[in-house]
Amino acid sequence: MTEKRNVICRCEEIEIDEIREWIARGYDTFDELKRELRVGMGPCQGRGCRDIILRELSKATGKPISELNPGTIRPPVKPIKLGLLAEDK
Amino acid sequence: MMDFPKTADVVIIGGGVVGTATAYYLAKSGRKNVVLVEKNTVCSGSTGRCGAGIRAQWGLELNCRMALACLDTFEQLDEELGLPTGLNQGGYLLVAYKEKEWEQFKKNVELQHSLGIKTEIFTDVKRAQEICPGVAVDDALGFTFYQRDGHADPFLTTFAFQEAAKRYGAKFYKFTEVTGLKVEGGQIRAVETNRGTIECGQVVNCAGSWAQDVAKMAGIHLPNWAERHEILITEPVDPGVCPPMLMSFSGNYYIQQRPHGSIIAGESPSHEPLLGYTSTAHSIESIAKTIIKLLPRAKNIRVVRQWAGHYDMTPDAAPILGETDVKEFWHATGFSGHGFMLGPVAGQIMSALLNGEKPPIDPTIMDYRRFERGERIVEPNVV
Ligand SMILES: Cc1cc2nc3c(=O)[nH]c(=O)nc-3n(C[C@H](O)[C@H](O)[C@H](O)COP(=O)(O)OP(=O)(O)OC[C@H]3O[C@@H](n4cnc5c(N)ncnc54)[C@H](O)[C@@H]3O)c2cc1C
Ligand code: FES
Repeated sequence: MTEKRNVICRCEEIEIDEIREWIARGYDTFDELKRELRVGMGPCQGRGCRDIILRELSKATGKPISELNPGTIRPPVKPIKLGLLAEDK
Repeated sequence: MMDFPKTADVVIIGGGVVGTATAYYLAKSGRKNVVLVEKNTVCSGSTGRCGAGIRAQWGLELNCRMALACLDTFEQLDEELGLPTGLNQGGYLLVAYKEKEWEQFKKNVELQHSLGIKTEIFTDVKRAQEICPGVAVDDALGFTFYQRDGHADPFLTTFAFQEAAKRYGAKFYKFTEVTGLKVEGGQIRAVETNRGTIECGQVVNCAGSWAQDVAKMAGIHLPNWAERHEILITEPVDPGVCPPMLMSFSGNYYIQQRPHGSIIAGESPSHEPLLGYTSTAHSIESIAKTIIKLLPRAKNIRVVRQWAGHYDMTPDAAPILGETDVKEFWHATGFSGHGFMLGPVAGQIMSALLNGEKPPIDPTIMDYRRFERGERIVEPNVV
C-alpha cells in the first residue's frame, strides 16, 4: 500500500489528489464529493475537512465560498450512544 | 461547462440508480446522444437515502426472477463498470415472529427453491446466532437465510453507472429540472427544462417519488405517491456486529453493517407518514430500542446521523415499467422501497424496450394500466 500523503479528510483518510480527481470528473459540489469519497461523513461530520474542500471547490468552479452549498448536516450533530437514545423518557 | 443540448435521441429524467442504469445500458447498446437530466445532483433522491439492500428472498415468482437477475448483475458489476459498487454479500436473515408469517415463509422458500434460490429455513436460534453473533431472537418462530443476498453502496453504485455511461457517450446535466413535456400527435416530442428545451425521440421517466408529477406534464395519471421512511447510521465499529442484513416484516426492522463498520438501521412508519425530509426524535428512539433489543452489545455504539427518504409507492407496491398512452414516453418508476436492488435490471429492461428488443424479463404485467383494470401484483414478502 502506498502511504497517504496529503490527507484532507482525516476521518475517512481522503487525500487532496482524490478530491481533485473527482472534481475534475464533474463532481463539483460538496454533496457529490461526500457521496463518492465519504468526506464529511466521518465521526467529526466534516468539521475537520469541510472548509478545505470548499476552498478546492471554489478554486475549481470560480465561485466564491459564500455561494457554495456546504452540504446537508444531519441530526444528531453530536454522536449519541444507542443505549442513551433507547432509554425511556 | 458543457453546452446545453437542443436535441437528443433519448432523454432520461432523474439521476437515481434507475435513471443512471438506464442511461448506461442504453449508451452501451450503441444509442448515440443519450441525455440524462437531474433537477438536483445525481443520487440526491431516494437512492442516496436508502438502505441499499439486495435480496432474492421474495414470495412472488416475478420478484424472485427479477431479484435473481439483479444478484447475477451485481456480482459482476464492479468489473463491468470499472468502479467499485461496495457489494457485500453477508446474506439476509429474515425473522418471523407471527404464525401466519412463518407459514408464508415456508411457501416462499418452496417457490425460491424451485427457481434455484437456495434459501435455508430453520427454527434453531443457535443457527441464527452462528449467522449473526449474539442476536437476541428467542421470541422468533423461525428464520430464513440466503447467503447471496446483501447490500451495496448506493452512492458508489450510482456514480459507477454514471461514469461508465459517460464513457459510452451519455451526457449528464445536473441542476436541470424538467418543467414541461411537449406532446404532439399522441407522441412525445420535447422535454422543457429550466435551462432550455431538448427535442427528442424518446423520454424515460425515472423521477422516483416525483414520477407522478413528471407524468402529469404529458397528461398521464400515475397513482403513485411518496411515503416517508427514516433511517439512522452509527459510527464505524469492528466488523461482525451484524454480518447479515437482519430483517423482519412483523418486527418492522432492518439492520446491517456496512463494510467500513457503520451500522445502518431503519423501520417502516407506524404513524401517518409525513412528507419532507425532516427527521423525528420519535423515530430515532424507536429504531435505537429495536437495535438494542436484538443486539444488546451494541448499546455503547454512537449514532452519528439520522435522515429520512421517500419510498416511491404504487398501489400494489410493485413497479411501473413500460410505455404510456403517449408514444415513446416510457416509465421506470414506483419501485416501492426496493428500487435500489431492481435498478440495474430495470435499466436492462428499459434499454431493450426502447430499442425494440426482447427484454431479459418480460415486463408486460408491470404496465401502469393494470390499476385502471383493477389488477394487482401481490407480493407477500414486503415491509
Ligand atoms: C429509508 C429508505 C430505505 C430503503 N431501502 C432500500 C433497500 O434496502 N433496498 C432497495 O432496493 N431499495 C430501498 N429503498 C428504495 C430505493 O431507495 C428506491 O426505490 C430507489 O432508490 C428508487 O430509485 P429511482 O432512481 O427510481 O429514484 P430516485 O433515486 O429518487 O431518483 C429520482 C431522481 O429524479 C429527480 N427528479 C425528480 N423530478 C425531477 C424533474 N422534474 N426534473 C429532473 N429531475 C427530477 C430527483 O431529484 C431524483 O434524483 C429505500 C428507500 C428509503 C427511503
Ligand atoms: S475530517 Fe472529514 S469527516 Fe471528519
